Amino acid sequence: MTEILLLLPIALGLGLAALAAFFWSARSGQFEDLDGAAERILIDDDEDVEGRG
Amino acid sequence: MNAPQRIAPGASQSLFAVEGMRCAACIARIEQGLPKVGGIESARVNLGARRVRVDHVPGLSDEAVVEAFASLGFAAHPFAGQALATPGRNAESRELMLALAVAGFAAMNIMLLSVSIWSGATGDTRQLFHWVSALIAIPAVAYSGRPFFRSALRALRNRRTNMDVPISIGVLLTVAMSLYETATGGPHAYFDGAVMLLFFLLGGRFLDSLMRARAEDSVAALLRRVPGEATVVIDGRHHRRPVEALMPGDRLFVAAGERIAADGEVALGSSEIDQSLVTGESLPIAVGPGSAVIAGTINIANPVEVTATAVGEATGIAAIARLMEAAGQSRSTMVGIADRAARLYAPAVHSLAALSFIGWWLSGAGVHQALLIAVAVLIITCPCALGLAVPIAQVVAAGSLMRGGILLRTGSALERMAGIDRALLDKTGTATLGRLEASNLPQGVGERSILAALARASRHPLARAVTSALSDVDSATLTDVAEEPGLGVRGFHKRREWRFGRPDWVGGTSLGSSTQAGFGTVGGRVRSIVFADTLRPDAAKAMAELRRESVEPLLVSGDRAEVVVAIAAAMRIPAAGEVTPDGKNALVAAEQAAGHRVLMVGDGLNDGPAMKSANVAMAPAAASDVGQMSADFIFFGDSLLAVPVALRASRRTMRVVKQNFALAIGYNALAVPLAIAGLITPLIAALAMSGSSIIVVANSLRLQWAAR
Repeated sequence: MTEILLLLPIALGLGLAALAAFFWSARSGQFEDLDGAAERILIDDDEDVEGRG
Repeated sequence: MNAPQRIAPGASQSLFAVEGMRCAACIARIEQGLPKVGGIESARVNLGARRVRVDHVPGLSDEAVVEAFASLGFAAHPFAGQALATPGRNAESRELMLALAVAGFAAMNIMLLSVSIWSGATGDTRQLFHWVSALIAIPAVAYSGRPFFRSALRALRNRRTNMDVPISIGVLLTVAMSLYETATGGPHAYFDGAVMLLFFLLGGRFLDSLMRARAEDSVAALLRRVPGEATVVIDGRHHRRPVEALMPGDRLFVAAGERIAADGEVALGSSEIDQSLVTGESLPIAVGPGSAVIAGTINIANPVEVTATAVGEATGIAAIARLMEAAGQSRSTMVGIADRAARLYAPAVHSLAALSFIGWWLSGAGVHQALLIAVAVLIITCPCALGLAVPIAQVVAAGSLMRGGILLRTGSALERMAGIDRALLDKTGTATLGRLEASNLPQGVGERSILAALARASRHPLARAVTSALSDVDSATLTDVAEEPGLGVRGFHKRREWRFGRPDWVGGTSLGSSTQAGFGTVGGRVRSIVFADTLRPDAAKAMAELRRESVEPLLVSGDRAEVVVAIAAAMRIPAAGEVTPDGKNALVAAEQAAGHRVLMVGDGLNDGPAMKSANVAMAPAAASDVGQMSADFIFFGDSLLAVPVALRASRRTMRVVKQNFALAIGYNALAVPLAIAGLITPLIAALAMSGSSIIVVANSLRLQWAAR
C-alpha cells in the first residue's frame, strides 16, 4: 500500500508534466504546420557562414 | 527555426496559395528568395496548407508578389478573403484541442486504475483507486466538458434541446452517481466512462471544427474591388474624395491603371478597359466618349474622364453582390446527414433512458438502482462514434484531396458534391486556361528581338502574351518607342519604323474572326500574330469521366455563341452561349427546379451568383477572389480532371460516412438491450464506447486514397 501511495503521485505528476508540455506547444504554434516542420529539418542554416568563411 | 515568426510591426500581411511546394528545398527557396524582392519583408511557408504568408510594406500589390513568386519558379495565387486573422475559429479549434488533451490525459490515467479494479482489486485498494479516479475525473470533466455544458445551457435557455443536452446530463449524472457510489463504498464507479465519453466526443468536435467553413464574407470581398477613393474633377481641378461622397453626375478622372469607382459614361478621352473581373473575358474593351463603364473594372491605356451614372449601392457590382448574398442563403438551408441523424437521435436517447428508469422503478428496483441503469443507458447510447462518423471521414478525404491538388474549403461540400447530377462549366478561365497564347510568331532572330522589344514596352494583354511567349529572347535596341493608345506600339530599328498592334494600323488585313495583331515595318510585309485561349488539357477526358459518373456537363458562357459552341464541341458536351451572370444563376435555378442537383465550375465574378446558388461550386486556383470565395473546392494546376477526381472522392466519402453510421448505430444497438436489462458494467461500457469509435476511425482511414 505504501508503494502505491508513493507511485500514484509520481505517475500523476509525470502525466501532468506531459500535459503542461502539450499546452505550451499548442499555445506557441508548434502544430500549425506539421508537414513543414518535417521538411524544415533538412534546410541548411549554415549557408551564410560558408559564404563569409 | 520551427516556431512561426512574429509579425513585424507596421507591415501588411497577405496569404498566397502556392502550387508545387513539396520539399525542404522549396521552403528554403521561398523563405530566403522572397525577402530579396523589394517591399517584401519576410515569407513563411505553411507546407501542410500549401500556403505562404508574406509580410510586406503596405501598398505592395498582389501582382508584384505573384511576380516575385514566379521569378522563383512557383505559381502563386492571392488567397481568397485574406483570412489571416480568423481568431474566432482558431480559438475555437484550439480550445477544443486543449480540452481533448485534458480528457485524453485523464482517460488514460483513470483507465489504468480501472483496469486494476476490473482485474479484481477489492476492499481498501478499490476504494483508494475510486477516490484517485474521482480526483482526476472531476477537474477533467469540469475543464473538458465546458464546450458541451455551454452549448446545452444556451439551448435550454432558448427553450430548445440539442445534442449537447443529453451529453451534458449523461456526463454530469454519471460523475455524480459514481461519486455517490465511491462515497458509499459501492462496487462500480463510471469515472472512466464519463471521461472517455468526453474524449471521443471532443475528438469528433475538434475534427469538425477543422472542417467547418470559414465564415468569410464573400460579398464584402467583392465590394473591396471598388476603390475606396476617386478623383473628382470640379472646375478643372482634381480632388480626392471617398467613394461614399460620390454623386451621380460627378465627373471622375480615372488615371491609366486605376480602377473605376462608379458606373458611368466616358465623357472625355478614349481608352481600353479590362473588364475581366465582371465578364471573365481576357481581352480589354475599347471605350470612347459615350461608352458605358462599370465600377471595379480597370482602365489600362489612357487617362479618361467619366461621368458617374450610378454610385455605391446602385452600381452593377453592388447588384451582383446582393444577388450573391440572396443566392447563398438558399444553400445554407440544406441539412447535412449528421444533423438529420442528431435530430432523430437526441429524443430517442432521452426517452430510452427515461423509460428504463421508470420501468425499473415501477417494477420495484428502487430509485438508486433504476438511476444507475438509466445512466448506463445514457452512456451506452452515447453518440461518440456517431459524432466521429462524419468529421473523421471528411478530414481524411480532405487530406487525400489536398495531396491531389484540390483544396476543400468546407467539409459539408463533400456531401453536396456526392449528390450532383448536373455540372455547369464556365468557358473563359474554367474550361479554358484563361490565358492568351500567341501563335504564328516570327522565326528570324532579328524580327523576334524587335517584336520582343516592342511587346515589352506595353502592358496590353496581347503584348503581355507575346512577351511571355518570347521570354527567352533578348530585346533589340529600339529608339523612339511609343505606345499609341488603342492602336499599338511603334519604335525605330536601323531607321525603319516597326509597328506591333492593330492589324489595320500596322498595314495588314485582319483575317477571319480570331483575335490578331499585326507586326511589321511600315509599308513592308506584315505578319499576323494569332491569339487564342487554349482549352485545358484533358477537358474532353474529364467530361467523359463525369458522364461515366452519370453527371451531365454543360458549357455556359457570356461569350459569343459560335465561340462557345466551338469550345464545347472540342469537349464533346452541349453548350449555351451569350448567357449573362443573371442568366447563369437562372439556369442553375431552373435545373434545381427540375429536381437536379447542380455543380457550378467557374472562376469570375460573373459566375459568382450561379456558384452561390448551385448545390456545390468549384473554381481553379487562378480564379478571381470572388470565384474562390464562392467555391467549395479549389483546384491547382491546369487539368480539368480535378472535377471528376473531386466527384469520385466525394462519393467514396459519403459511402464511408454511411458505413460509419451503420457501424456506430449497429454497435450501440447491440449494447442497448444489455444496458436496459441492467447488465452493463463499467468494463462493458468502456469496451462498447472505444470499440465503436475505433472501428469508425479505422473505416474512415480507408479514404486516404479517395482522390485517385
